[in-house]
Amino acid sequence: MAPYDVVVIFGKVVGYLIYLLIGVGFGAVLELSGFGDSRKLSAQFYLTEMRVLKVMFTAIVVAMLLIFLFNSFGLLNFENIWVNPTFLWSQIIGGLIMGVGFIIGGFCPGTSLVAASTLKLDGVFFVLGALFGVFLLGESISIPILDELYYAGDMGRFMLSDLFGLPVGVVVFLVILLALTFFYGAEILERIFGGKMKFKDIDLAPHRLLNPIFMGVLILIAAIIMIKGEPSLEKKWQMLPEIERVKLEKKEVFIHPAELLELMNDFQLKVHTLDLRSESDYNIFHIYRAQNISKEKIMSYEFVKDALTEPSNSIFVLVSNNGDDLADVYKYLKIKGVANLYVLDGGVNNWLRIFSPDSSVAVAKSDSTEGMNFIFNAAYGSSLYISNPWDGYSKFEAGKDYIKKVKIQKKAAKSGGCG
Amino acid sequence: MKSTIKERPYINPYLGGILLGIVLFLSYYLTQNGLGASAAISRLQIFILDLIAPSHVDRVAYFAEKAGGNLNPLDSGAMFMFLGTFLGGTISGFLNGRFKVETRKGPQITDRQRWLFAFIGGAIMGYGARLARGCTSGQALSGGAVLATGSWIFMFCIFIGGYALAWFVRRLWI
Repeated sequence: MAPYDVVVIFGKVVGYLIYLLIGVGFGAVLELSGFGDSRKLSAQFYLTEMRVLKVMFTAIVVAMLLIFLFNSFGLLNFENIWVNPTFLWSQIIGGLIMGVGFIIGGFCPGTSLVAASTLKLDGVFFVLGALFGVFLLGESISIPILDELYYAGDMGRFMLSDLFGLPVGVVVFLVILLALTFFYGAEILERIFGGKMKFKDIDLAPHRLLNPIFMGVLILIAAIIMIKGEPSLEKKWQMLPEIERVKLEKKEVFIHPAELLELMNDFQLKVHTLDLRSESDYNIFHIYRAQNISKEKIMSYEFVKDALTEPSNSIFVLVSNNGDDLADVYKYLKIKGVANLYVLDGGVNNWLRIFSPDSSVAVAKSDSTEGMNFIFNAAYGSSLYISNPWDGYSKFEAGKDYIKKVKIQKKAAKSGGCG
Repeated sequence: MKSTIKERPYINPYLGGILLGIVLFLSYYLTQNGLGASAAISRLQIFILDLIAPSHVDRVAYFAEKAGGNLNPLDSGAMFMFLGTFLGGTISGFLNGRFKVETRKGPQITDRQRWLFAFIGGAIMGYGARLARGCTSGQALSGGAVLATGSWIFMFCIFIGGYALAWFVRRLWI
């Protein structure tokens, strides 16, 4: 399933060769588009030629349409695509600094390389300058204020769809409309500042300024992506490697209450017991330090972002009353890449059966299977001994013979092309 | 070496954009990552520094991450993409008659002035690119295509920075 990691699949020699070929394509296209010429690049800022904007935005929308089109037809798993993390402040300040560098130096790092590759001396000096600049950053990043700026506003994998609370397909469509608006404006500005035309002499009909087939194809593909929508949870689950899916089917991720108890009291681990029951059930009784969270909240950008930034000795255990209604939550979090994820086997009811509460606080119901199977005479929260019978899990019968299933998984390090 | 082919005009920018978009898509499809150049520039710089002052590299966390101890900063896909970009530029430049020693500049400045400003601009750009965790290609272009919020903000900030200063440095270009 795409996207692939050619270095993992083919090894370093072939993998790096593919990187090289992608680079060749990149360099050639930049050169063909005129990005090796500092005059063409700087013209963008004097509105005489809007090549930079046209090439960049066309490339962005074409790549975006292909990626999300493949994604909506299940030909590519977008979850495995590296999305540059958002670090708001370093990106704002870094962007402004780069804008200044752009207009003074006439290039950006990639384009200077292309200029240097065609023997443009200004490109060579720019590359040397850039080498010096990255050296300065490495030397100065340990200055406290810069270090703080470098990490400020960390929002993780934060997409425009998360920002606006809209489906990805709708954002794709809006980006196309924005790009077409920019292209239209760019054509007019070029005629005024580059072609010395008067505004009233320009034919403003969109099809006179932009190729109608070009516009039509962009809008059509965006509409398909928007209508088709994102693949369903089940489809995305099927895209995961079989080894991951089998773990759920074979109940290898359902841990015994005694194992959870043991984990909770292991101070080398950070156990997040996530209680997905109603607030009232939670108030009546919950496992020590369990966090009450709704399905809606757990299946959101915010929760996933926090879960992904937890240290690698963190374990997440999903808890409900019976532990049999959490497959969708489990699948969602797994799709998003949350590691060390488990479900409490049999849920709170199983926990209560095994560590049986004192009859002065709760009695077992005789018949019901839905909801809590114990009736408490008050709301105890986690104040009861059985919320964390830490001193004696081996006392209980169950503590002696359950199969340990938790294996702490180190997170795979991921980084981007520019990281 | 000088190519004898007559210099051809650049291609239509929209066509260039479509081709660039396809290359970017292939990059994501085959490597899970977008295009980039600044990471490689950074690795190259650390490689050079590691030759001159290896103990210094080991002490600065930012450098050590890529070249501490026995790590080779050049052992990375980004380096090969960098090499490929250079090669691709040369091939295209050669085939289109643009492979020749020259300096592209505005009409009012000398070559030497242009080189000086290119170096200064490059240093500013290199610094900003590392601060923002990516260059125009790795951050704005690649991140823009996968709808990364920070990349879009970054992209608009580049344009704001450029336009804000353009009038004051117009002598460099027009």
